[in-house]
Amino acid sequence: MKTEMTAQEAGGRISSPASWLKTWKKIGPAYLFLLPKLLLFGLFTVLPVGWTFLLSFQEYEIFDSHWIGLRNYAEAFRNEIFTGALWNTFRYTIVTVPLSILTALIIASLVFPLGHRSQTFFRASFYLPVVTSTVIVAMVWRWIFNYRFGLLNHVVGIFGMQPVDWLGQTDLALWSLMLMNVLIPPGSGILLYLAAMGSVNPSLFEAARIDGASAFQIWRKITVPLLKPTTFYLLILSMIGAFQVFTEIVMMTGGGPGNATETVVHVIYKTGFRDFEYGMASAQSVILFIIIMFIAVFQYKMLGDEGVERHKKRRNK
Amino acid sequence: MSYAQRGRLGRMLLYIPLVGLALIALFPLYWVFVTSLQLPSYQNEEMESPVSYVESVPPKLYPYGITEYWSQWDKKRDAEKLGDEQAASFHAEKMQEVVAKTFTTYSYLFKSTDVLKWLWNTTYIAILGTFGTVLFDTMAGYVLAKKQFPGRMLVFWLIIATMMIPDQVTLVPSFMIVRLLDLFDTHWAVILPGLAGAFGVFLMRQFMIAVPSELLEAAKIDGAGEWRTFRTIVIPMAAPAMAALGIFSFVGLWNSFLWPIIVINDSKMLTLTAGLKTLQDANLSSFKLLMTGAAVAAVPIMIYFLLFQRYFVKGLTVGGVKE
Repeated sequence: MKTEMTAQEAGGRISSPASWLKTWKKIGPAYLFLLPKLLLFGLFTVLPVGWTFLLSFQEYEIFDSHWIGLRNYAEAFRNEIFTGALWNTFRYTIVTVPLSILTALIIASLVFPLGHRSQTFFRASFYLPVVTSTVIVAMVWRWIFNYRFGLLNHVVGIFGMQPVDWLGQTDLALWSLMLMNVLIPPGSGILLYLAAMGSVNPSLFEAARIDGASAFQIWRKITVPLLKPTTFYLLILSMIGAFQVFTEIVMMTGGGPGNATETVVHVIYKTGFRDFEYGMASAQSVILFIIIMFIAVFQYKMLGDEGVERHKKRRNK
Repeated sequence: MSYAQRGRLGRMLLYIPLVGLALIALFPLYWVFVTSLQLPSYQNEEMESPVSYVESVPPKLYPYGITEYWSQWDKKRDAEKLGDEQAASFHAEKMQEVVAKTFTTYSYLFKSTDVLKWLWNTTYIAILGTFGTVLFDTMAGYVLAKKQFPGRMLVFWLIIATMMIPDQVTLVPSFMIVRLLDLFDTHWAVILPGLAGAFGVFLMRQFMIAVPSELLEAAKIDGAGEWRTFRTIVIPMAAPAMAALGIFSFVGLWNSFLWPIIVINDSKMLTLTAGLKTLQDANLSSFKLLMTGAAVAAVPIMIYFLLFQRYFVKGLTVGGVKE
């Protein structure tokens, strides 16, 4: 196939009109098929990516932009709102991601042994809140957290405690958002784990059972290790997702009280579209991009050859 | 299955935590609907508008109208037994009143806000965007997997390189491009950037590699043109991946939030999620009204999910585990 192609290309290089036509007939349709996607991809993905980098080194004014080198970056790291947002986003990610993945693993393990019908039912129950827009989920939770009428304070009251201002206290607001995140079922994780469990050879479990292993031992020593690739995949995906947390913030706290729940994307949004500081917003975006790339590369290191190798070694022991 | 020998008791024990967890998971959604249908108790009878509705303490866990309706129905039946026509018709009227009051926020919402417009905007943006994504990504993925042409690897690597970059990173320039093209406050500003993602092409390309080239060759020998080969051979072969891509594009477009609130300003042009934000900004503490809006926005996507549940499972695994 490949050698045939090079022959064709070689033929195309002899610049007679007839062979040009022939080459075009061969490769022209390919370009036409690619064209619509390429136009949109170029215009709304490649161009903006490049432009973000350029803007991040500029002081942007509509008619008078000028280059200021790394000053936007220096200023971003000096800005307490932005560094605070970085810290908040980091804490949010570190707390919610492992908990969500653990919940997904536990729920999937509980659902997996059930019959087909029950599986379908529970899968739907746990995925339905995920399909529903975060905007909606955030709106309900804003009410659940409401100081005067909220359900949570009602529950707290049943236990004889004073009502809590869940979203209004500087030291508590971010934790309330984390609590909410943990209580929203990790639907995609559950589905992925279930699929991965389904592809494990059942005879593995069978053999372990014959050897007298208990259900928990089987889970701990066979299921969980075999699910490792899925766990890593979820870990990275959820970390990237958590680092972009935005909707909850806009809908529930607006970054407040003070800047207690300010997150990176929310700061970018405010810098860019409230204060119209395009250069600064771009610099902040690039910083976000570098962090996310860092997570992705980390994933590659763990999931790539090295990770597989380490996994193999452990199994051989 | 694998635990079958453990007997029924073991399995029953699994249900207890699962049902509990499912209840926690579904409760917020339930709460949206209950609140939207709750019988209003007004702060001030003269201000009988859903905006002046006051939440009850303690919260009622089901639409209270059900109880009211039932008690009125009971009274009406008693009156009928006694032959008291007047009382019976009085209670029948009360029953109708309860029903009307239960849905009062819905009628207010439909009359006084643009929610139906938002619903329509979101629906057609999501359908158009999904159709475009699936078509263009399939075309591009097919070519990248099955054709040789100069620049092929360059395009492929650009796609790989940009796949990990989240949309949030490119907000500012994307907005400036929308401005330059004079698309601000139009639905194209939402649809077109939605068609620019790298992931779909990557997914389709990976899937297409598995399509046997002999089939395509055979079609060519039979005299089928490029487009015809694509339509009659490639599309049927790629249908599972296309379905997966379509399912998730639709949900993604339906729920997208950050981008629409940036490029759309006119209330009549908003999508549902963005509209809900303006609704909340304007009525910060009328939770009943907000929950009604949320319910209207949630119902279509919930139905969509329940209809296509099977494909969601398949789609997630096509996109996820295979990588």
